This record gives sequence, structure tokens and C-alpha cells, in this order.
Amino acid sequence: MSANHTGIKSRLQKMWQPFSQVPMLGWLVGALVAVGLEMSVGTPLARFLGMSKIPVLFGFTFVLKDPLLIPGVIVYVLLIYILPIGLIARLTARPMNRLAAKLLNTSMLASVLVHLILLYAILHLWSDISDYRLLVTRLTLVAVMLTLSLNVVNGYMGEFSCSHPGFMALGAYTASVFSIVLFVQDNRFGPPLLPPGLGPFAFPLILILSGAVSAVGALLVAIPSFRTRGDYLAIISLAFMFIVKSLFENLEIVGGARGLGGQPHWASLPIVFLWTILCIWTINNFVRSTLGKALNAVRDGELAADAMTVNTSRTKMVAFLFAAFWAGVAGGLFAHILGYVNPGTFDLKKLAEVLAMVYFGGLNSVVGSIVGAVSYNALSEALRPLELFKWIIIPLLLILVMIFRPTGLIAFKDFDVRKLLEPKQKPEEVEHGLAAR
Amino acid sequence: MALLRVENMTHWFGGLRAVHNYNLTIEAGQIRGLIGPNGAGKTTIFNLITGRYRPTEGHIYLDGQEITGLPPHKIASMGIGRTFQNLRLWRHMNVLDHVKMAHYSKITYGLIGAFFGTAKRHRQEAEIEERSLALLELVGIRHLADQIVTNLPYGDQRRVELARALATDPKILFLDEPTAGMNPDELIQMMEIIRHIHAELGLAIFLIEHRMKFVMDLCEIIQTLVFGEVIAEGTPDEIRNDPKVIDAYLGKEVET
Repeated sequence: MSANHTGIKSRLQKMWQPFSQVPMLGWLVGALVAVGLEMSVGTPLARFLGMSKIPVLFGFTFVLKDPLLIPGVIVYVLLIYILPIGLIARLTARPMNRLAAKLLNTSMLASVLVHLILLYAILHLWSDISDYRLLVTRLTLVAVMLTLSLNVVNGYMGEFSCSHPGFMALGAYTASVFSIVLFVQDNRFGPPLLPPGLGPFAFPLILILSGAVSAVGALLVAIPSFRTRGDYLAIISLAFMFIVKSLFENLEIVGGARGLGGQPHWASLPIVFLWTILCIWTINNFVRSTLGKALNAVRDGELAADAMTVNTSRTKMVAFLFAAFWAGVAGGLFAHILGYVNPGTFDLKKLAEVLAMVYFGGLNSVVGSIVGAVSYNALSEALRPLELFKWIIIPLLLILVMIFRPTGLIAFKDFDVRKLLEPKQKPEEVEHGLAAR
Repeated sequence: MALLRVENMTHWFGGLRAVHNYNLTIEAGQIRGLIGPNGAGKTTIFNLITGRYRPTEGHIYLDGQEITGLPPHKIASMGIGRTFQNLRLWRHMNVLDHVKMAHYSKITYGLIGAFFGTAKRHRQEAEIEERSLALLELVGIRHLADQIVTNLPYGDQRRVELARALATDPKILFLDEPTAGMNPDELIQMMEIIRHIHAELGLAIFLIEHRMKFVMDLCEIIQTLVFGEVIAEGTPDEIRNDPKVIDAYLGKEVET
């Protein structure tokens, strides 16, 4: 039994072995070709295989509605995604390794930019197929921001904060009110105060402002709860979330429980993408600096941290406000993606979702949060046709993760960008490989 | 002028008087010891001076400046480094990060540097790293720099604590039972390390210890604390022969 098991494992390892030398650049180019392929021949292929249109989320929706389509969907995914990506990644491994090495040697920034442009191109082409994909992609990016910012508090700092939906609501409403009052003709707030053409340029400022408002909200939670450790933060932050929700429910000027609509659609994919990258970049910078690692010191032993000159209350305060800032920005983007917000969105269910993404992905890990947010959102969308059963399957998965990996899928790992972009073959090996030929 | 001066310090835990009328003067470069039976209040004195508790009465001066009642991180950054009786290492952090963390008060790149990774930050982090590695070298565990602390043997964990305390750039180092739980080999090594850092860095050391050989060999002056009160203070020889100390703590040799 165990011999058989290891046999399968070693065979899988052998199959994966050639792919382990593919650098990130190779995978991205492969994926780009795949989405390009889908754009050009996706529709006829899907029709040929018996589907009405291109399967939006790798065919999950089709399969769950009509199991007879399973073979068609498998062939489609194989032909459009798996084979092209695998082949291109494998065949171009050597030149891509050399290119990746050259890029990294030129400068880290150049390398990062090239990878980001490729990644954006992939997302852009992929979500160009349908509005639904575009929406899911943008909401997933917002979820990444939320998850990451909550991980700063719940993972890196080791406190348990429940107020993230509250911060998100503060950000969403602040951003909505500012963009509607300033730039939109609205029957509630009247004519725009500034020429609407300026709107997209003011949008970053509006988002920063909404983040700042959330941070001020965070201050209200932090001041009473950081005097002591323990469950206080959890309780106070939960209360804060409900207070914010009922505040907006009763604030008639912003629509009360009916919600507030008419936000201009400034949160396009490139904008959301840029903000997400900015969020990941600053948070990753922070948690890898000694100032940010002080959070771990506070979590694992506040007494020792204090004796080692760490200003623990400042550390906690900064991290909490920083996390709230990004939750607020995420909220502002969220409101402008949907073009509508209502207080009901920012309730316990949202909280459960964000917490699930954090703990699923992995505590104390930037990669973990990205993986957690993306996989949770993908799963949630893919299982949508199951309706009620979705809410049985997802919690079950969460329970399984908690049993087998109590701190999440990818926990306690540094996100080393250089390592990610590195060529996966040493230059000598490349030369050696050439000589052997 | 004395480096550290404690005047008439008294501390009450509710109705319990833990420390009574405690006085201390430490000159620069001195090694001093504090001994006494369990529960005498030795660690409480450490906690009082390092700012974890605020003394009920009395004053503490470091370099002539009053530090009574300042928060612990302030006092630590002013020049009192310490280790703990029960190791208090951060369990998810590697050895190098422990030592880097203790440079916290010297970081000047600020939040902008932390969020945006400025050139100043990279320069400063590199400096801190270099200094941390030098300190690890000093205590002899440089080769363990990238290990997670929980994977290390006990003696090495003690050395991490020592290196971490040294990284705060102390004028006085407080060592709370630096050899607790160590085997004889590790004990001798620890004694050598303490001698070595004392010679190398020239800092004052104040230590709590139960192993008499260790205290008597290292310290110039020793205080004996019983029930929160100093009953004797003097050189190792004076302490060894003081009838009060023998009675309360050391015990008499059985006559054969």
C-alpha cells in the first residue's frame, strides 16, 4: 500500500521534474498564449464541443448544470489551457531562464515590471471574453487586498479583529459620497461641484481619503482595545462592525438601508490591478522590515519585545491603522466596481468570508493571502450553480484545511519576490546542458 | 558618578511587600551579583529597574537621569539590556531576526521606509544585519543565523537571548539566571562567553544566579537578598563567610 503510494508520488515527481525548471516568466508567457488562443478559437471550439459559448470559469458552471458536457469541458480545458501552457512552458524553459536571468541582472524593477505587464495582459485578455469574468476578476483583486490587510492584524500581529467589513463600509461610503457629490449629477446631492472630466484623475485621491477615514475608524477601535491583550479586540471590533452597519442603515442622506447607487465606473480592471499591486507591495515591504517584524515579536512575546526596545503599542497601532487603510481602499474600489453599495453587504457574512480567506490561505503569509483570496473566490463562483450546497461544500473544505493544516495552506512564509522571478536553472547548468548536447 | 543608582526602592504587590528599601550602585564596567533563596524578590528587582513594574517608592537613576516609571522599551533603549529567566524567544522567528529586532530603537527609516522600501531602509537594514551577525559571532552562534529558534538546543537558545540583549547596545546587561537548566559543559561555555563580552564590550553586568561557583568566580560585589531585603553586600569572600548569608541561604557544612 505504502509502496504503491510512494510509487505514484515518485512517478508524479518524475512527470513534474522537467516543469520544475520553468521560470515564472515561462509560465506567464504560456498563460498569455493560452488566453490569446481562447480569444481567437475559443468560441468555435466551444460550439464544436457542444457548449453554447466559451465556458467562463473553466466549465464548472456548465458541468454542474449539465453533467453530459463533462467530456467536452475536459477537452476544452485541455486544448485551450493545459496543453498550450504546458508545452510552451516546457519548450521555452531554456531561453526563458536566460531571459529571466538577464532581466534580474539588469534591475529588479525591470524584471518585476515585465512580469506584471505579462500578468496584467493575461488578466485583461481572459476577462475580455465576458463581463462576468471581468467582474469576478476585479472582485477577486479587491478580495486579495482585504485578505492581505486582515492578515496583517490576525496573522502577523496575532490579534483577532472582526471589524474589517466595517472598515470596508467606511471606505466604500466615503469614496461613493465624494465621487458622487463632486463629479456626478445626482438627484440626492444635486449637480456635480467639479467638472466630471476630472473624476478619474481625482479617483486615487478619493480612495486614499476613504482609506484614511477607515484608519480613523480603526483608531476608535484601537484606543480602548490595545491597552490589554486577549479577547477585547475581538469583542470591540465586532461591536464596531455592527455600529458602522447600523450607522449607514440609519443615515438617510446616503440612502439608509436601500443603499447608495450611481457611483461612476472608474474602477476598471487596470485601476483595480494597480491598486492591488500597490497594496501587496507596501504590505510585503512592511512585514519584511524590522519595523514590521516587530509585529511577530509582539505576538510571540510582548514582554521580550518591550525589553528589546520595541515600542509595542506604537507597533500595534500602526499595523492596525495600516490594515484598516487598505480595507478602506478596497471598500472604495468595491463600491465603484458595482456602482452601488448598501449596508447589508457589510455584515457577518462578509466577515466570515474575509476570515475564511485569511485562515484558508495561511496566517502570517502574503502569498497565503493571495492564494486564499483567489482560490476562495474562484471556488465560490465555480460552485454558484449548486446554490445552497455551496454553503455546505465551502465550509467543509475549510474544516478540512483547519484539520490538516491548522495555520492555513501557505502559512509563515516570506514572500520573496526575487526568488519568485529567479531563473529556475543556474546559468552554468544551462551552459552545461548546451555542451552536453 | 555611578552608572546605575537605585535609591530606597520599595514595592508592594497588593498587601505583600516584595522589595523593601533596596539600594544599589553599579559603576561602569562592574560585574555584580544578586543571590538569594527562591521567592526572595530577585526577579522582581530586575522587573522594577527595567520598567516592567513601577516601584511603589524610591528612585532609579541611569547615568544621572531618573528613569523611574518610564516604559520598558524606553529604559531598554537608554541602555539596560536584559535576558529572561525562562527563555522568552519569539517562536516563529529565526536567530538573525531576533538580533535584528533588538535594534528597533535605532531604526530611523520610519514608516515611509517600511512601506515603500526606500534606499535608506535597505542601507539601514544591511547595517543592522551586519552588526547582528557580528554579535552572533561574538556569542559563537553565527552559523545558526537562519535557524528558527525553537529548533535549537537549550544552550544555544540562551546564547540567542544574550546576543539579542547585547544588540540593544546596553551600558548594563541584566542577566536573570543565565545558566538555569544548563549542563556543566554549557555552564563553563556560558561563563567564558560572559567574560569574553565583558572584556570585549566593557559593559557593566548585573546577574542573578543560583550556582555559587559561577557567581563567586565572576562577580566583584555580591548582594544577598532575603524576603525582599538585602542582608549582606560585599566581595565574594565576605559573602562566603558572612554568618547571616550562611544561615539564610548558603547553609552550613556538615561537620564530619
